[in-house]
Formats: sequence, structure tokens, C-alpha cells
Amino acid sequence: MTDFSADSILVLLDATPSGKLANSAAELLGAAGTIGTPIALIVGSAQLAEDAANLGAATVLVAEPGDGLTIPTVDALAAALELVRPDAVLVAHSVEGREAAARLAVRTRSGLAVDAIGVSRDDEGVVAHHLVYGGAYSVTSAVTFGVPIITMRQGAINARAEAAAPDVRKIDVTASGKPAASIDSVDAAVIASTRPELRGAAKVVAGGRGLGSAEQFALVDRLADVLGAAVGASRAAVDAGYIAQSHQVGQTGVSVAPELYVALGISGAIQHRAGMQTAKTIVAINKDADAPIFEIADYGVVGDIFTVVPQLIAALEAKK
Amino acid sequence: MKIVVLVKEVPDTYADRKLSLETGLAKRDGGENVLDEIGERALEVALSYADKHPDTEVVVMSMSPATAIATLTKGLAMGAASAVHIVDETLLGADLGLTAEVLASALRKKGFDLVVAGNLSTDGSGGVLPAMLAELLEVPAATALSTVEIDEHRVSGTRASDSATMTISALLPAVISITEALPDARFPSFKGIMAAKRKPIEMLSLAGLGVDAERPDGARSIIIDITEKSARKAGVKITDQGDAGEKLAVFLLENRLA
Repeated sequence: MTDFSADSILVLLDATPSGKLANSAAELLGAAGTIGTPIALIVGSAQLAEDAANLGAATVLVAEPGDGLTIPTVDALAAALELVRPDAVLVAHSVEGREAAARLAVRTRSGLAVDAIGVSRDDEGVVAHHLVYGGAYSVTSAVTFGVPIITMRQGAINARAEAAAPDVRKIDVTASGKPAASIDSVDAAVIASTRPELRGAAKVVAGGRGLGSAEQFALVDRLADVLGAAVGASRAAVDAGYIAQSHQVGQTGVSVAPELYVALGISGAIQHRAGMQTAKTIVAINKDADAPIFEIADYGVVGDIFTVVPQLIAALEAKK
Repeated sequence: MKIVVLVKEVPDTYADRKLSLETGLAKRDGGENVLDEIGERALEVALSYADKHPDTEVVVMSMSPATAIATLTKGLAMGAASAVHIVDETLLGADLGLTAEVLASALRKKGFDLVVAGNLSTDGSGGVLPAMLAELLEVPAATALSTVEIDEHRVSGTRASDSATMTISALLPAVISITEALPDARFPSFKGIMAAKRKPIEMLSLAGLGVDAERPDGARSIIIDITEKSARKAGVKITDQGDAGEKLAVFLLENRLA
């Protein structure tokens, strides 16, 4: 079991509570494939191993899940790190993923790079690329020595690895016995929507306080459906209860970089812009001509969203 | 109960935030620095518990430049009993690993039943420090909590995880991190501001904590390159004359965006 390629990249794949690989799996293996041989680690069911191989994992390591929050995953990562001796460890910058990466870095005294949007190699090893302050700066980071542990921003990687033949190995994990919080109950998030997921979406239509109420926020949904876009929101709209927090775009929500970002009734506070200003094309509709969103919009319309958007929807539907 | 709240001074997100292109470090003189809002909410969690349990001691702790004292004073004015300020020139540009070692060492020195932190700061937005601290301190971590219940022996709450909501709990001593779903912080009262002037602020240095910034057996993360992206410029801006929806449709179709 020591026949791992010299350019191995260890990738932790998150599993969802409903027993599937998380959406981040494809992009993590894709990113790993650009810098080496992807070796996947799944803490959970061996049935997911085939899916991981299809997404490009040359070898899939499977560890038994244990009790308690995060610790069993870290124990499995530490065992896999010892076994594979990779050039880097890639983990999703998800809540679960980043905490596992954080603990692994502490435990193995490794350098930690967080929220990377890409990885590459230079003469000395694997380096991570980051966008800082809402995309105002691009930063490259490296570790002083050893294996870098890198968390990858979800939805940021377009590379995909070629499917590999399943090579599945169970690994034995020695429990560290580190104290963990206990999980008393789990409610899997119900995904009722057929719309694209916000992270990684090619198009996003987002609504702000200008929508006025949860009922009227349906206007955002309607335009999103015509454009095949994901639905986002400003923090003001989330705080006002128009839509769930998982749709929040910005500093403290999701960062998106779509081809098209349509901001409806969003003033464009700097915290919101930090999460969307790397979009390729930004369209804004707002009745306040001085709204800061217009400073970064490629196409701005000063007007009432409740008249402009229905007209836009009608015009787009007529063309289809 | 002794609750230590970790707070951070960050560049105000309402202002332009700058990085030095030479060092990669935040330009702290470039704009306003403020107490990070999520840290204020963390303090509110501790203070609202202390309101109901008068035998609670709330301490605010920060590792930050000497000039950041105002953010700690604000925490004292809000109601914390004392503050710990970790200041050391060699911590300038500290990576996550070093920051975690320093804070863990200070927490060990001060003692705690509960450590409360924000889930992620508005500047680094790493969201990893609470987990790193728990690993170093060998205590459980209940992180990303959108509700918090504290009793004498235990802390529990709702964790907003990636594709699930879970209820989690941990025995004390423990580290928790909270999300912005928790209530806004109280404003410091005039009385609080006056009282803050008499509250103790303890200064700690690396030597005092026994932490070696240049630890040879541990790797650090470093910035090797930085570039500033050119600012986005405004494009076309029209005022609706009754046909803006149709014009916008044309724009989207011409650019193959619809």
C-alpha cells in the first residue's frame, strides 16, 4: 500500500447528510488533476468511491466514520497523509472542510492556506492563489516547508479531471481521542428548487431591499427562471426576511464570479460588492440614480424594478 | 463562569481596504479600523449570559497592533470586565498557525470555561481559527452556531453546516464560534464608557507567552506574490423612459447573456 505516485495530491471529499458526494468533489479533484495525481479520501460509505473515481480520483481511500463533530475526519486525514505522503492536501472551504483542514494543519504542524481559488506548481512545490478583499487583490501563497494544506473556495474551479478506473482501498484509522462536540440531530437541507446552485452559477439574479417584501421577491425568481440563473440576495434582503440566508451574496455570504450578475433593487454597499464584483458582466436596476452599484455596473438602469423587470421578462420571452 | 471573547480589529468594510504591494500586509494606516462586527455579536452572546448569571466574568482578548487598543476599550464599554491585549512587533504578518498558537497560549494562561469567537472575520474570512484553537487547547469546538444555549456544564446550539442544519453540544470547557444570525450587539452606554476607563487591560508579549514566532519545526504560510486588480469602471447607465426593459433585453441578447 505504498505505491502512491510521487506527485500525489490528497483530496478530502465531503459527503452530504443524504449520503452523496458534495458538489465540491468534482472541482477539488479537477484542481488536484492540474497539479498531480488526485487521491481521494472519503470518510463514510465505500459506495461513494465509484463516484469519486468517475470524477477523476486515481485511488479512493475510504475510512469508517466515527462519532462526534469533525474529529473523525481529521483522524482519517492524518492517517491518509501518513500513508500517501502527498505534495499537497486539498479540502473544500466548506464549514466542515475548512475546520478539518485547520485541525490537520495544527496537528501536523503544516502550513495552512485558506479560501484558494486555484492551485499551481512553482519550482519549490504547490502554491495557492487567492482573491483578497472581495477580489481587489490577487495573492499567491506558499508554505515555508512541508505539505501545504489548502482549502478551496467552492464554485471557483472550472477544471475537471478525467474519469479513472476505481481503485478503492479501506484505510485503518487510529482514533486520536481528541475531545469533540457531539452531534445531537441532523436536518438535511431540503433542496426543493430546480434552479442552479448559487455557488459556481454562470448567471445570478439577486434582489435587495428594493423588492419590498417576501412576496414581491418572487420577481427575482421569475427573472432568474427566464435567464436560467441562480437566485442571490443582499444582506438587507436576508435581514428583512425576504429570502433564506443561504442566498446571501457578499462579504459574509457567498462569493460569486458569474458571467452575468443582475442586481435588482440592491444599492451596492461595499460589503455586497465584495462578493460579486468579479462577475464578468454586471447589470443593475435601481430607482436611486446615486446607488453605488452603478459605479461598477456594465449596464445600469435607473428605474422602477416593478415596471422594468416585467418588461424585460416579456421581451426575453418573446425572443425565445 | 469565565467567558473569554475573541475580538479582532479589522479595516472598516465601508471604506476602501488596501494591501501593501511590497509586504502583502494590510495597510492599517490606510483607512478606518473597527472592531469586527461578528466579534461584537460574540461579545453580546457572553454579555447576555452574564446579565442573567452575575457570577460570570467576561474577558475580551485580541491579538493586534498597539494602536488597536480602542477596539478593546469598546468591548470594555459594552460590558466586559477586563481585556487582554497581545501585542508584539514580531506578530506583524503572522499566519493562521502562529495566530492560533499565540491565542491558545494566552487562553491557557488566563484560563477559561468558554471561549466565544465569530465564525469568520470580514478581512481574512478564513473561518478556521476557532477549530485551530480547539485542537491546540484539547477542548471540543462547537462552531458556526446560529443559536447558542449556555449552562453551567455545557454549551449547545444550531450549527449552520454546508448541506444540513444540526444541533450540536459540547461539555465545558469548550470553544464556540457564532454566525451573524445571532443578535446585534448592544451599544455602549455612557456609564459603560466611563466605567471602561477604570477596567484593567493586560498586555501580553510573545516572550511572556512562551511562543516562538520562528518555530523551526512548524511550517508557516507566506505570501509570495501580490497584485492589485484594476478597479471596475461603470459602463452604460440609462434612465427608464418606459422602454428600459426592452433595451436591457437587447443588451443581454447581443452579449449572448440571455
